[in-house]
Amino acid sequence: MEQVIKTYNLTKKFGSFTAVDNISFYVNKGEIFGFLGANGAGKTTAMRMLCGLSKPTYGTGSVAGCDISKEYEKIKKNIGYMSQKFSLYEDLTVAENIKLFAGIYGMPLKKIKEKSAIILERLELADKKDTLVKYIPIGWKQKLAFSVAVFHEPKIVFLDEPTGGVDPEARRQFWEMIYEAADNGITIFVTTHYMDEAEYCDRISIMVHGKIAALAAPKDMKQEYNAATMDEVFRKLVAGTFNQE
Amino acid sequence: MVKVENISKTFKKVQALNDVSFHAEKGELFGIIGPDGAGKTTLFRIMTTLTIPDNGTVFINNRSIFNDYMEIRKNIGYMPGRFALYQDLTVEENLNFFASVFNTTIEENYHLIKGIYSHIAPFKNRKAGKLSGGMKQKLALSCALIHKPEVLFLDEPTTGVDPVSRKEFWDMLYDLKNMGITIIVSTPYMDEASRCNRIALIKNGAFIDVNTPKNIINSFNKTLIALKADNMRQLLKDVRKCSHIKSAFAFGAEIHAVIDNDNQIEDINNQIKNLNHKNIEIYRIPPAIEDCYIWSR
Amino acid sequence: MKQLLSFIKKEVLHILRDKRTILILLIMPVVQILLFGFAMTMEVKNIKVAVSYQYGDELAEKIIARISASEYFHIVQTINNPLDISSLFKKEKIDTIIIFSDEFSNEIHKGGISSVQIINDASDPNQASTVTSYISAIISSFQNEIAGSVQPIRINTELKMLYNPELKGSYNFVPGVMALVLTIICAMMTSISIVREKEFGTMELLLVSPMKPAYIIISKIVPYLIISTINLLTIIVLAVMLLDMPVRGSFMLLMGVSFLFIFVCLTVGIFISSLVANQAAAMLISGMGMMMPVMLLSGMLFPLDSMPKFLQIIADFVPASWYFTVVKKVMIEGQGLMDILKEITILTIMLAVLVIASVKKFKVRLG
Repeated sequence: MEQVIKTYNLTKKFGSFTAVDNISFYVNKGEIFGFLGANGAGKTTAMRMLCGLSKPTYGTGSVAGCDISKEYEKIKKNIGYMSQKFSLYEDLTVAENIKLFAGIYGMPLKKIKEKSAIILERLELADKKDTLVKYIPIGWKQKLAFSVAVFHEPKIVFLDEPTGGVDPEARRQFWEMIYEAADNGITIFVTTHYMDEAEYCDRISIMVHGKIAALAAPKDMKQEYNAATMDEVFRKLVAGTFNQE
Repeated sequence: MVKVENISKTFKKVQALNDVSFHAEKGELFGIIGPDGAGKTTLFRIMTTLTIPDNGTVFINNRSIFNDYMEIRKNIGYMPGRFALYQDLTVEENLNFFASVFNTTIEENYHLIKGIYSHIAPFKNRKAGKLSGGMKQKLALSCALIHKPEVLFLDEPTTGVDPVSRKEFWDMLYDLKNMGITIIVSTPYMDEASRCNRIALIKNGAFIDVNTPKNIINSFNKTLIALKADNMRQLLKDVRKCSHIKSAFAFGAEIHAVIDNDNQIEDINNQIKNLNHKNIEIYRIPPAIEDCYIWSR
Repeated sequence: MKQLLSFIKKEVLHILRDKRTILILLIMPVVQILLFGFAMTMEVKNIKVAVSYQYGDELAEKIIARISASEYFHIVQTINNPLDISSLFKKEKIDTIIIFSDEFSNEIHKGGISSVQIINDASDPNQASTVTSYISAIISSFQNEIAGSVQPIRINTELKMLYNPELKGSYNFVPGVMALVLTIICAMMTSISIVREKEFGTMELLLVSPMKPAYIIISKIVPYLIISTINLLTIIVLAVMLLDMPVRGSFMLLMGVSFLFIFVCLTVGIFISSLVANQAAAMLISGMGMMMPVMLLSGMLFPLDSMPKFLQIIADFVPASWYFTVVKKVMIEGQGLMDILKEITILTIMLAVLVIASVKKFKVRLG
């Protein structure tokens, strides 16, 4: 099995504070990898390093076959990214957003046209293609953002809390889109605070204070921690970072 | 304590709230539950006298949001959705400022915030912008409480917060409720519904239901089953093709599906078995609030 | 009262915490005075002058001697035939030609009236107008001197720099910098500090509190009032010490009008903040909408009376242009309260209109 993400002793320090502490793990091609942890556990920092946005203090890693400390420009061509906070330009229309992001990744115009027609059709957004993104409901917006993030057929797509605040139904539709992308060989690297979504992942890791405290398939993890749900596992592992600094 | 009557509000073309009503009693912990964009924040802004509704009215402790808004403002605490304190002021300066805005002092009501503030007191000389997420929230909550409000309005205090921290936040709310403070809180997390005395489920600007979480679950009038097998992704696809299944969704480690009655379970089991699934489990389950939300029409 | 005081304290903390901005605010006037006063001065030196006059003309020679004595001018050529002017400018690189009328002395002695023609290379209009003013000033001072010895005389040149005999550019700039700095601090900073509360969501909290809107506004105003007073004094001290500017009129009057102008600017800032939703827009509107007109239309860089009529009309609506006039009148010309009543009245009306508009616009609720 091809390992599209590999890290070895990956560490990031900000001054005396170690945000990410010696993490080593891998993600297989086509896998849905859930990256969980409490707020401030170091998820965002780790994800930034994997996306080539931040240089590791030490340790190595490769994403889509590119070294994360050296070939970070190359990484960006091979990944897609979306987050809850920013995914699309609110003041551009649906069609303009698709065109813009496809254009950024240098896709030929003809292909953009063909594919955006397919996407709009599938998301049932065809009649809304000239609507400004800010006027479409968040559920649709996030589904559209995901389609845009995988539009250029990246090897890996990073999703940072993609379903935050999305309604239950749209959240599930979103995950069905993730499944489909994974079936097409796209690797999914996803963070979430919804513990039911952790169950949808092939494997998950739980970060605590910059370290990976557990990494396994949800089923195995529940067994290991003798818990009925992922929520329980999470609570057992992440004991109250809320009251810490 | 809080009476919301037939509130409607439209922004330009978008109808944010459509004929929304509920009452919250004194000392009640009332939850308004629904996704982003359902109209929660607009409702909070109307209740806190920041926005005028197109239709309907709100009374906070018998004071009208139209005529007595100044009186209301003296007696409510509000914590908006995003962190809204002065990031360049220290913890103590922020708290002092909000105390004097409400013509009170920290000492006067310290007993109210003691449980919350004591956690951040060691960092009282730190700038608010440099606090961790959890501490920011505690500070914001302390600032909203410092004038001993009759009603506390918390707009999505737990959004983007991890499950453990969320639980602790709710524990704090319980302590406040026990001190007799009425709390109106909104959240997009359906699993938090059970922590409220009563809840309103809000969808596209309208309330689906207002009741205790228990009563909402009890009034679910469909037959809900859970399904499990080794290959869950394939199972979801197959279940949807089965006869008797009205609709099916992934639900954590299970698939939840609505059928007509219990007698169909056996037949569904057979259909799935024929599709070579292993370790199949099918059983009747009571709905969670999230099920009620999804299948409400 | 305690509410208000704690609010003001909070505003002061905001400003003090933002070390970089406060530094810029305090240093900006110093830099501007130095820049405008010295580096960007429009004084001209080493102007090449050619003169044409009747050889032996007593008065013309005296005037030429004076011009030549000035550090600004070099008389490089005396021409007898002022016909080939363009070649003088192009080939000889002459900047200015002064042509005395043929019977200059005689005309003065007989009729008391004669004329001097000053021809400038106007490809640099600023230099040309400055040179013209300099020469006119020299001629007019000469005229005043001989006025007693001869009968009343008139030499036809333009007399412009009546109150600025030393012909210093800084006389225009100091009032300009005062108007500019006060505009930036009062209008721009006030609007930004209010809009920032909207942007960060804290305005929501303030509105939900029993805080009176008037308190919110007063506490926003006070710190900038203090800073602008400091700036005002800095500018005046620097101008007097470094640029030899006089304060001929009443200092109290000058401060009084300045405070009137400061209040106008503060209200403009509050008004702007009620129009926009984010800091960038506030900066743009107060920057483009306030600073540019102050620079261009106050008379600081370009004299207003040489502007097209419609620009003059627009300038009438720029508070800074009135303030600029007042400062010049009080500081340089030493005029008193009675002489600036018009400007004071206009600024007061502007203040009243802005206060009413801002009060109407200030919302006690959101959107």
